Amino acid sequence: MDQSKIRNFCIVAHIDHGKSTLADRIIEKTGLLTEREMQNQVLDNMELERERGITIKAQTVRVIYKARDGEEYIFNLIDTPGHVDFNYEVSRSLAACDGAILVVDAAQGIEAQTLANVYLALDHDLDVFPVINKIDLPSAQPDFVKNEIEDVIGIEAQDAPLISAKNGIGIEEVLEQIVQKIPAPKGDPEAPLQALIFDSVYDSYKGVIIFCRIKEGRVKKGTKIRMMASGAEEEVVEVGYFGAGQFLPCEELSAGMVGYITASIKNVKDTTVGDTVTDADRPCVEALPGYKKVQSMVYCGLYPADGAKYPDLRDALEKLQLNDASLNYEPETSIALGFGFRCGFLGLLHLEIIQERLEREYNLDLVTTAPGVIYKVYKTNGEVIELTNPSNLPDPSEIDYMEEPVVSAEIMVTTEFIGSIMELCQERRGRYLGMDYIEGTRALLKYELPLNEIIYDFFDALKSRSRGYASFDYDIKGYERSELVKLDILINKEEVDALSFIVHKDSAYERGRKMCEKLKDEIPRRLFEIPIQAAVGGKVIARETVKAMRKDVLAKCYGGDIARKKKLLEKQKEGKKRMHQVGNVEIPQKAFMSVLKLDDK
Amino acid sequence: MFSLYLHIPFCVRKCLYCDFLSGVYSEEAKEAYVKAMLRELKQEADYYKNRTVDTVFFGGGTPTLLSKEQLTRLMDSLYRNYRLSKQAEISMEMNPGTADTEKLTCMYELGINRLSIGLQSTEDRLLRKLGRIHSYEQFEKIYKTARKIGFSNINIDVMSALPGQTTEAYERTLQTVLSLEPEHISAYSLIIEEGTYFAQHAGELELPQEEEERRMYYLTGEMLGRAGYERYEISNYAKKGYACRHNLAYWKRTDYAGFGIGAASLVDGVRWSNVRDFKQYLTGQHRKEQVEALSCEAAMEEFMFLGLRCMEGILPEQFFRQFGRKLETVYGSRIDVLKAQGLLQWCGNRLCLTARGIDVSNYVFEQFLL
Repeated sequence: MDQSKIRNFCIVAHIDHGKSTLADRIIEKTGLLTEREMQNQVLDNMELERERGITIKAQTVRVIYKARDGEEYIFNLIDTPGHVDFNYEVSRSLAACDGAILVVDAAQGIEAQTLANVYLALDHDLDVFPVINKIDLPSAQPDFVKNEIEDVIGIEAQDAPLISAKNGIGIEEVLEQIVQKIPAPKGDPEAPLQALIFDSVYDSYKGVIIFCRIKEGRVKKGTKIRMMASGAEEEVVEVGYFGAGQFLPCEELSAGMVGYITASIKNVKDTTVGDTVTDADRPCVEALPGYKKVQSMVYCGLYPADGAKYPDLRDALEKLQLNDASLNYEPETSIALGFGFRCGFLGLLHLEIIQERLEREYNLDLVTTAPGVIYKVYKTNGEVIELTNPSNLPDPSEIDYMEEPVVSAEIMVTTEFIGSIMELCQERRGRYLGMDYIEGTRALLKYELPLNEIIYDFFDALKSRSRGYASFDYDIKGYERSELVKLDILINKEEVDALSFIVHKDSAYERGRKMCEKLKDEIPRRLFEIPIQAAVGGKVIARETVKAMRKDVLAKCYGGDIARKKKLLEKQKEGKKRMHQVGNVEIPQKAFMSVLKLDDK
Repeated sequence: MFSLYLHIPFCVRKCLYCDFLSGVYSEEAKEAYVKAMLRELKQEADYYKNRTVDTVFFGGGTPTLLSKEQLTRLMDSLYRNYRLSKQAEISMEMNPGTADTEKLTCMYELGINRLSIGLQSTEDRLLRKLGRIHSYEQFEKIYKTARKIGFSNINIDVMSALPGQTTEAYERTLQTVLSLEPEHISAYSLIIEEGTYFAQHAGELELPQEEEERRMYYLTGEMLGRAGYERYEISNYAKKGYACRHNLAYWKRTDYAGFGIGAASLVDGVRWSNVRDFKQYLTGQHRKEQVEALSCEAAMEEFMFLGLRCMEGILPEQFFRQFGRKLETVYGSRIDVLKAQGLLQWCGNRLCLTARGIDVSNYVFEQFLL
């Protein structure tokens, strides 16, 4: 295969600027797919992804384009996840490309993720060319946006294609610019094999399917491959490239190509994203740069609502992990919730996605405890604990000090909302680093924020306080010492372990108070009064009371329709079954998530 | 003991709190409905031919919206096709805005011997809020007329916990009602039922707080008690010998057959309801939706939660006679817990709700589901 006829690229954009739609049009226009075969968005093939309109797993497709110069080109379009939770996956996908198309919304202009993604692409030495999308919108300002791109990002934008991906306008021009502006891959097919894993999926027939970019050398059926980081070795069963939504086997993959490898590997953990595949019999000298083990950033407890479903939950997690190496879990027990798992996620979105998939695809009814981050606990005896479950916090007398993870955040916002967004960041213990004005009407705010302040509802608060205009991106910066305490919740004088969480000592009172208020509304009344208390280190700092049930009576029982009355009683009884008994109080499932919604007033 | 229920779903307009199967119908629809009911009464008669009917109840809707002539045909059909006991209690619900001397006289002559009049409140302001079509004055007039004609067993429905109702105003309503000396008073606390106008506008209603609602309930018991009425069921009060036998049939689980749309029946241990769809009913396909042959367990549950609605409570011997199992074996531990919680008590050999047990009776009943 002639390397000069290959173009490996991705599309980067802020969420909703039209990345997936453009991808669809590219696939459509290159003609490998008839319109009938087109699902609404070909690349986002998980049901959940389509519903939420975001891409979770990177997908890749190979298409053939006959250019105006009469030559046929192979385009490998590597789709990248669109959310900050999946930053590492994005970076590995970019590493598999030689160039990138930057999609900017003609009405919205540059947003926080636009910048973050472009910088990420430039960091990977990709050639980036811009495309202005949604030019058919009445509010489109293509010339303004062109200037903005040149001024803010510093890339040439005057000949950027003006397109409407939705209506198929200007797509030809994009295809031509891919040929002209994105460089052909380099790499020596005769050198020892060196291939970058940028994704992998588990297939019950083929085992793990590795998605890779061949940097050097070649690979085909029978090659004995080795994963350089994990050390796993297997013989290749099949290689091929990506049709739209299907795997198309081929003879071999060589330097410059993008494709897949199967080798009856049973566990995605052996094929982690970022690892280098080489030929075990003729290994390359060193692995490709940039590999890192993905760290879970957010932890929470997942419990089956019905204790008997514990084995089902375990099986479901096992299956999901086959496809998602960034999910990790280990068994834990809660006094309130019974047997469950402490699970680690890349971020809150990742958590929500897994939770939804468990509920939807595996039909599980789950109770999720408050998400938290990993705290470092330095004990007086010199021991350091990485704390993921608040219940495991040692006695305060054994703790020397604690550290929490901190992120560097960039928030892009129109100038009128700077005040309210700064206020939000202050409330969340943010440290102000600086601000850049962009085009006079917008500013880029830079803050350092504790991760545990943004995993709950920061994003929602940001949107609501800026009427949807603020956009946000962050990077993990590291750990910092912090005054943290464990907030316990007592219901009817009994501590409910699953409701405990770690909080900064200055926010403890506020959080405790709100938590009690929230729980007061969620816990059904009983025949007796139920005190709800928030406590730090055994000292009660806030209290609410669920009043005793005064009345629960059907005044009329009319017309002999007894079946209906009985149904009401049964419904009432059934509702209680789905709650969790702590002492002699029933706690409904959603109460365990209430800590997430403390700011929704 | 056997009872018949006839459902007449017609209304002049729907009250804003009402979730019964009722609505506004044209004269043609009414006539078609009466014809269908006559057909149903005839068709089913054979099945019940060996039973003596002890109570008949015309409910609704507003049965008094039937014309004299329609009423006559329905009563005729009952007398012709069923064996009515000489002492049968024949009740008819009545909206004060829908009857006059002539119609009442006709009803009396047809053998209807018990009236249940929906008054709800003596305050016209509240009546309008509820969407009632009558004033207090209209009610009083028709009540006195009924007495003159000879009705000697009359129930008056009143409601408490109405939007904007104070305990004092409710007390005045009770006083006025008591001064009329009806034989029976049904006093219901308003319940906001799903799908009603009130449910859709619950936020604007200014309903009394729970504490006040309970105060009104206690007040009802006290005032009516002093006036010589006995509370025999959670919401029902009667002078001695005037408890509604038809209602008791429901609580005591004796057999009854329902006619008309949505009407419920319990016969030989099987519960069913008629179709709820008006048009379908007219075609003659009236029976049976949601047929349930009660299992022994289901019957025991019902025995408890219906029996306990009656203030005299339940008899363990009767439980044993009906089910061949001891009450204690089936429910012993549950009863112990409820007693310890102060919700049930033994009154002699009967098990009854306590005052607190009445307040939270749903909770108590729920404990008897197996």
